[in-house]
Amino acid sequence: MVFPGSNCDRDALQAARLAGMDAQLLWHEDPDLRGSDLVILPGGFAYGDYLRAGALARFSPVMGAVHAHAERGGLVLGICNGFQVLTEAGLVPGALLRNASSRFEHRWVRLSVERRDTPFTQAVPAGVTLRLPIAHGEGCYFLPGPQLDELEARGGVLFRYAGPEGNPNGSARDVAGVINERGNVCGLMPHPERASEALLGSEDGMLLFRSLLESAAAVAAR
Amino acid sequence: MTTYRFAVSVMPKEGILDPQGRAVEGSLGHLGLDGVRDVRVGRRVELSVEAPDEAAARGTVERLAGELLANSLIERWWVEMVGPVGAPA
Amino acid sequence: MSLAEPPVQRGQPDSALHRVLGLTDHEFGEISARLGRQPNELELAMFSVMWSEHCSYKSSRPLLRTLPASGEGVVAGPGENAGVVRIGDGLAVAFKLESHNHPSAVEPYQGAATGVGGILRDIFTMGARPIAILDALKFGDPADARTRRLVRGVVRGVGGYGNCVGVPTVGGELVFHPSYGANPLVNVMAVGLLEERDLTRAAAPGPGNLAVLFGSTTGRDGIGGASVLASATFGEADCAKRPTVQVGDPFAEKLLIEASLELIGERLVEGLQDLGAAGITCAVAETADRAGTGMVVDLAAIPRREVGMAPFEVMISESQERMLAIVRPERLEAVLAICARWGLLAAVIGRVTDDGDVTVISRGGAGQEQAEPRELARIPARALTSDAILHAREARPPTHSRRAPAPGAAVLPHDGLPERGMDPGAVLVSLLGDPNLASRAWLTAQYDATVGSDTVEGNERAAAVIRVKGTRKALVMATDANARVGLLDPYLGALTAVVECARNVAVTGARPLGVTNCLNFGDPERAEEYWRLQEAVRGLGDACRALGLPVTGGNVSLYNESPEGAIAPTTQIGIVGLLEDVEWRVGPAFRAEGDLVALLGDTVPGLAGSIYAEHAGSVPDDRPPGVDLAREAALLAFLPEAASRGLLRSAQDVSGGGLAVALAECAMWGDLGAHLQVSVGSAPAAELFGEGPGRVVVSVNPTCWTDLQALALRHDLPLRSLGTVGGHRLRIKLTGEGATGAAEDRGSGVADEVDEALAVLRHAWQSGLPRALGESG
Repeated sequence: MVFPGSNCDRDALQAARLAGMDAQLLWHEDPDLRGSDLVILPGGFAYGDYLRAGALARFSPVMGAVHAHAERGGLVLGICNGFQVLTEAGLVPGALLRNASSRFEHRWVRLSVERRDTPFTQAVPAGVTLRLPIAHGEGCYFLPGPQLDELEARGGVLFRYAGPEGNPNGSARDVAGVINERGNVCGLMPHPERASEALLGSEDGMLLFRSLLESAAAVAAR
Repeated sequence: MTTYRFAVSVMPKEGILDPQGRAVEGSLGHLGLDGVRDVRVGRRVELSVEAPDEAAARGTVERLAGELLANSLIERWWVEMVGPVGAPA
Repeated sequence: MSLAEPPVQRGQPDSALHRVLGLTDHEFGEISARLGRQPNELELAMFSVMWSEHCSYKSSRPLLRTLPASGEGVVAGPGENAGVVRIGDGLAVAFKLESHNHPSAVEPYQGAATGVGGILRDIFTMGARPIAILDALKFGDPADARTRRLVRGVVRGVGGYGNCVGVPTVGGELVFHPSYGANPLVNVMAVGLLEERDLTRAAAPGPGNLAVLFGSTTGRDGIGGASVLASATFGEADCAKRPTVQVGDPFAEKLLIEASLELIGERLVEGLQDLGAAGITCAVAETADRAGTGMVVDLAAIPRREVGMAPFEVMISESQERMLAIVRPERLEAVLAICARWGLLAAVIGRVTDDGDVTVISRGGAGQEQAEPRELARIPARALTSDAILHAREARPPTHSRRAPAPGAAVLPHDGLPERGMDPGAVLVSLLGDPNLASRAWLTAQYDATVGSDTVEGNERAAAVIRVKGTRKALVMATDANARVGLLDPYLGALTAVVECARNVAVTGARPLGVTNCLNFGDPERAEEYWRLQEAVRGLGDACRALGLPVTGGNVSLYNESPEGAIAPTTQIGIVGLLEDVEWRVGPAFRAEGDLVALLGDTVPGLAGSIYAEHAGSVPDDRPPGVDLAREAALLAFLPEAASRGLLRSAQDVSGGGLAVALAECAMWGDLGAHLQVSVGSAPAAELFGEGPGRVVVSVNPTCWTDLQALALRHDLPLRSLGTVGGHRLRIKLTGEGATGAAEDRGSGVADEVDEALAVLRHAWQSGLPRALGESG
């Protein structure tokens, strides 16, 4: 999905195609999703991140179709700015605040995968941590305590910052990515599409794309 | 010493490009809202100051506003007192 | 804050208008001569910005013409918005360096941000998608509060704009030197990729074609910013109403990039020019002049942000994120549709004519469209651009200068720190912690270096490596300057910068393709300063000719001085190179235990201008190190060949901090120590910490050693083995006259080895910059 100001749309397109997906770019004013099984809201600065990151993008015309798609059980992946749009749109719980350091942070992090029984992570081998880059100024995940307890209890935390690289932005309980209750909408701050080739420093991001390809294929086969 | 509470409002100066205001204005159409224009986006800072009197407190806040809270080159600011005045310390 | 005082007479109400606008009486006469009459106020305002130093290069053009500009594969050169060089596979690379120094001193965030915006526009206006940004930043004393404020603002500005616009910032420089205290330098380099058939020139061919302005509205940004920087007063105007600070909108720029590239891809524009200094006036004049046509501009048609703007304000406004497209009438609708889709304002503001003039008319405001258009100004386009005034400035060398020794001269014997002997390990740790040599990670973590998914090697490396999707190729880019040497000898400073930048690109295995540059100097009306500029250009030209590199374009920033003094002569160089196969790339890190470590090149005498000299206070051999151009050319031929044959495990250029620092960097990057021996004749400081050019540290798989030696011999390059990679300490045993023993006999002791744990080196290197700036890591 390309919003005005999206930067990582072509990166995500390239990674999706590399994984073997039949992928195309959608424009934020498109009336429908052209029968997509998976919608990716990519990283970037939709609407310049003005007012609040993702705040303006969630009112883009196509978001109606994205909501309906999620209602029907369709897959939605929000990366970085995409995650911010998902929280502003209420498709996943929480909010992304300014980094604890108050600075834009670009670095490589390591993620632990909390659940492998989701369409986003089913291809990740047991015990494997993912090495992905982050690049954001507002990635500090926040939910009030009781709601955070609920989220964890129902398995809503999908990725956590781990390893010696640690938590780069002060996110509550090291939350790096979450999944909705139904299990079809996921948002994460790190960039799997930038870790899609060894040449770029890591191929771990490919595991997410492959998981999605497998599960979408399984759904189609049914 | 008494505690005074002030609010400092900061807005882009006239004529200065306000990308935020422009982006918000551009998005209003998506919400189906008509007749809204000239959107400018700023920020508001609230703070408490301990001082012997209001004039001194205001003086402190104005100095803070001009030197730190606002970029006097491209922003204008104003100060107003808000909330109850605290009991003498 | 102090700025250069431009030649303006203030506070004299009876001053002629032209003087208030920054034009001399002589220039006024030249303007009248070109017009055949005296200019009116609007015309005078247009001339004042177009004939400013920043726009016209009136002091530097005669010098720049001496630079080598042509070369194989150069598709666009000086005079165009950016240099473009072919790289094969139907592709080409566009690149340029530009400065935004004075605005960054006034408002660091916006100055830096709009600097990034401006150079990006120069790239995509050619039809190239921007793929990388490199920022070269120079500031004064890092302990100074003013410097710290500037650093924070500039870094946030570069990151704020570059990150939002989605172009990775992958390299640059951070230099602290007292001469930049009141005049920080912000030089930004941008690189773009295009299909050669998409190359678009900034010309306005075809009388009858339409001039379409698209992007942001026109406000009062930067009025007078080009010719008079701070508050310009035209008549009795109130300064507060005329903000001279330009505010950037990276979101608008992102939309502009997509729209522009789409317009070019769809072949909808005959020419495209971005608006920068002197706004509409410059865009219209330059495009007309390049095509030999003219242009008529209707003021009433220009979309404004404010009411009540005077004609001159509209014509010279430097509001950001605007482009001028030259469009055939039958294609107008399609152009407007694309702009609308991207949410960009677009308006036909004029027409191309065949009379060679820039004509400004006004059809009046709303409700007066039927009125006869009034002609407000008429100036031959070339009078504003290619036939702008040129000044023959006087050049006079200063009364003293330091000459470098000739190539091959002997190294003078000395111990470096004679008063207390030298512990080379302690000196090394101290150098690594110097903010000029320490890790820039504190700064670069604020830049998105991987957006675009093409970054193979980014910040912290001396050169960035960006792969070219769809091919096996990669582009390598770097930016360097050497102001310390430039201060002593501006010719040598420029020479050193070029060879170092080329070496930084070549050590990755890439072949340098072309050079862009930014000449940062003081007031050219001072004969000594103009002499420095002249010498720098001479050095730039000599170096590029010797290395076979074309200078494809660049920028000049003058008047960088204040009552505190002028900046050190700073010739900033940017080079782009090509790696035919990204898998051939060579990095700086030691890779495996047992690899051989070797040094290509020879130690050059002279410590002046080195960071070591700054730490030591004074040095016995106070000559700046000379450059052996033949040696440098040999290295540029050797390195890509060695890389393509897989003979190198690592390669690192020797520059700041000398050999010891280069070795420490290789060790820290690879997290592998080394056991080395360095022969330190009679001048251990020169051997270990001298910054003489022409040297590269390499590590080699022992099985490749013989082949490497043969290759070096063939290129007439000295290759000396230093030791092996291993362990987690950097051990450099000093042998020869300069080590303990012989030195003790002379009465001062030099410890005979460096033996430091990598952890100690790394700590000094990583904490150096935050500590100097008073920041937490």
